[in-house]
Amino acid sequence: MFAITVVLAIPFGSYIAKVYAGDKTLLDPVFNPLDKLLYQVSGIDEKREMNWKQHMFALLTINVVWFLLGIFVLMNQSWLPLNPDANPDQTADLAFNTSISFIVNCNLQHYSGESGVSYLSQLFLMFLQFVSAGTGMAAAAIIFIALKNRTTEKLGNFWALLVKSCTRILLPLSILVGGILAFNGTPMTFQGKDTMINMQGDTVQVSTGPVAGFVAIKHLGTNGGGFYGTNSAHPLENPNYFTNMLEMFSQMIIPLAMIFAFGYFLIRKKFGWMVFGVMTVGFLLLTIPTMVWEMNGNPALGKMGVDISSGAMEGKEVRFGSAASAFWSIATTVISTGSVNSMHDSTMPLSGMTELLAMMTNAFYGGCGVGILNFFVFVILAVFISGLMVGRTPELFGKKIEAREMKIAMIVALLHPLMILAGTALAAAFPAITSANLNNPGFHGFSEMLYEYTSSAANNGSGFEGLGDNNPWWNITTGFVLILSRYLPIIGPVAIAGLLAKKKYVPESAGTLPTDSATFGLMVLAVIVITAALSFFPSLTLGPIAEYFSMK
Amino acid sequence: MLPAIRLTVATLILFCVVYPAIVWAIAQLAPNNGKGEVITAGGKKYYANVGQQFTDDKYFNSRPSAVDYNAAGSGGSNKGPSNPDYLQTVQARLDTFLVHNPGVKKEDVPVELVTASGSGLDPDISPAGAKVQAARIAKVRGVSQSAVVDLIEKHTQGPFLGMFGPSHVNVLELNLALDQIK
Repeated sequence: MFAITVVLAIPFGSYIAKVYAGDKTLLDPVFNPLDKLLYQVSGIDEKREMNWKQHMFALLTINVVWFLLGIFVLMNQSWLPLNPDANPDQTADLAFNTSISFIVNCNLQHYSGESGVSYLSQLFLMFLQFVSAGTGMAAAAIIFIALKNRTTEKLGNFWALLVKSCTRILLPLSILVGGILAFNGTPMTFQGKDTMINMQGDTVQVSTGPVAGFVAIKHLGTNGGGFYGTNSAHPLENPNYFTNMLEMFSQMIIPLAMIFAFGYFLIRKKFGWMVFGVMTVGFLLLTIPTMVWEMNGNPALGKMGVDISSGAMEGKEVRFGSAASAFWSIATTVISTGSVNSMHDSTMPLSGMTELLAMMTNAFYGGCGVGILNFFVFVILAVFISGLMVGRTPELFGKKIEAREMKIAMIVALLHPLMILAGTALAAAFPAITSANLNNPGFHGFSEMLYEYTSSAANNGSGFEGLGDNNPWWNITTGFVLILSRYLPIIGPVAIAGLLAKKKYVPESAGTLPTDSATFGLMVLAVIVITAALSFFPSLTLGPIAEYFSMK
Repeated sequence: MLPAIRLTVATLILFCVVYPAIVWAIAQLAPNNGKGEVITAGGKKYYANVGQQFTDDKYFNSRPSAVDYNAAGSGGSNKGPSNPDYLQTVQARLDTFLVHNPGVKKEDVPVELVTASGSGLDPDISPAGAKVQAARIAKVRGVSQSAVVDLIEKHTQGPFLGMFGPSHVNVLELNLALDQIK
């Protein structure tokens, strides 16, 4: 399954590289006129090249427009059209959180899809799922362009990169996946709730809606915001094992393809494989133990005498089983999708730890585009450290890395632990406000808070959903974590790449440290592990590790 | 600012109107016009994939649900694995099950029958979870136990393509078939 995705990601990566380079592709006859129309209507000159500051200005401007529009739609959904279930308006703090959460590609959902949003809001959120993924991919494309060997300030046009990412990459795949889902029993209708009388004679209301289209982009854009409250555990959102595989494929394809696109675009395929190697090692190190823990089941239930051979089934669905659920729980946290097909709150303590670690490292595959950006920061750090170790000037792709780039890289790398640990510390410091929101006592309760801030800072969006998070404290604090943890890690790497692009190109010589070797890959992995382990180990000890030992 | 607003409006039309319309049009070709898979039996309509509450002894019982199979508000229990209240709940479910199924040993009860699913709407149980209820069903309905076991085997769905995922039984389909045997 994973192998199929990798095999398909390689040619798709080549396609993505062609899209950003403006080369001819098979889909041009459809998308050339469509893109041209979009540019004309918007008054955009797609040929005007921008420097990195103009890029970031354009990115932030359009994000503000989406944010304000989002708040308006969510706070007025009760009287706006397409609300067949008569769902109420969102409160100001919830709309603030929801709107931010969707523009930053996190999709932390403090509401439940069945009762918290109208169909119009769902459609608007679906729009944000397209464009927020497109934003991340456009930012990665700026880095691609900046790192090509030349001395320049011209890094392409932001609007064109954004539009191309959405129309040429996300749209065709979404139509395909949405169509397949509809044929497998996922609803795509605008009729509102249906009523059925069950076999025991009770009347049950069944929420339906435009689910298939929503679920397709939720995974392809690594957004993860579900149509229903329980996301892809819901039998209408993910009806069978085949759709489970399809949705897993959908969320992995673009992050994987972006890695190969990086290699193709720079004509440094070996570098692409180095990146892929490091990420895959990290991914497997987290996935394999988690699958073992979940398939072994909950020892506390084993003591009661029931048959736990099928694994830890609390919060899991029978049609997926414990193995596929455990695999998903790590895939969704490393990739920053944040969709779930089982409830992470009910996974084993150490599985909770690997889910947290996946988001704390935030660099194994990563979300659409932003995965590359996060990894790029670690590459800069590794180049610098290994340069110092062997006494060579740190260089990347023929450009010298100097104090200014290092400062930016360090700020971005340190921001992530700061947001997570400061947020959790703050929540733990005010038990009068926060303790009532916890769904579980003791160490597990602490893990719930830690998970919420980790998920926000990693722009992941999954949750230990027992946490009662729809109130001003959680809506507002996580809202700010979301903003800072999205835009600084985009601006930082783009700024570094922009600064590097302006520098003089120094041809590679015998004195250059090769960055596409296995040794360098190991170095990057070491930097990631040390950064994550050192900053987060104490907090993990208080939560999942303590819970694990208390169950012994 | 102006291109940002104009581009937002243009892409809104593309992704909020055109894209859903395309997927909707494709869904019209799908079974039941993209309204989800339904089963009609005895003049009543059921959603095949949406699990139902089955607590009667004459039916195969479905899994516990944190939301009592409310299909308009899905949810899991989100209880942590070491939570003492949760462990008590599971113990109580196990005791109740053993009372309703005399003669069954607790080590034969598969864990999914005493734990709540992620969605609260899980339509399936494992084949073992169905077979452990066969003796009770046979007794309540006055049919032979082998007939009930045959029925379970007939409705067991194997792994996808014979190799991916666990075997499972859709409880609704099984119970509909159960009502057919005399």
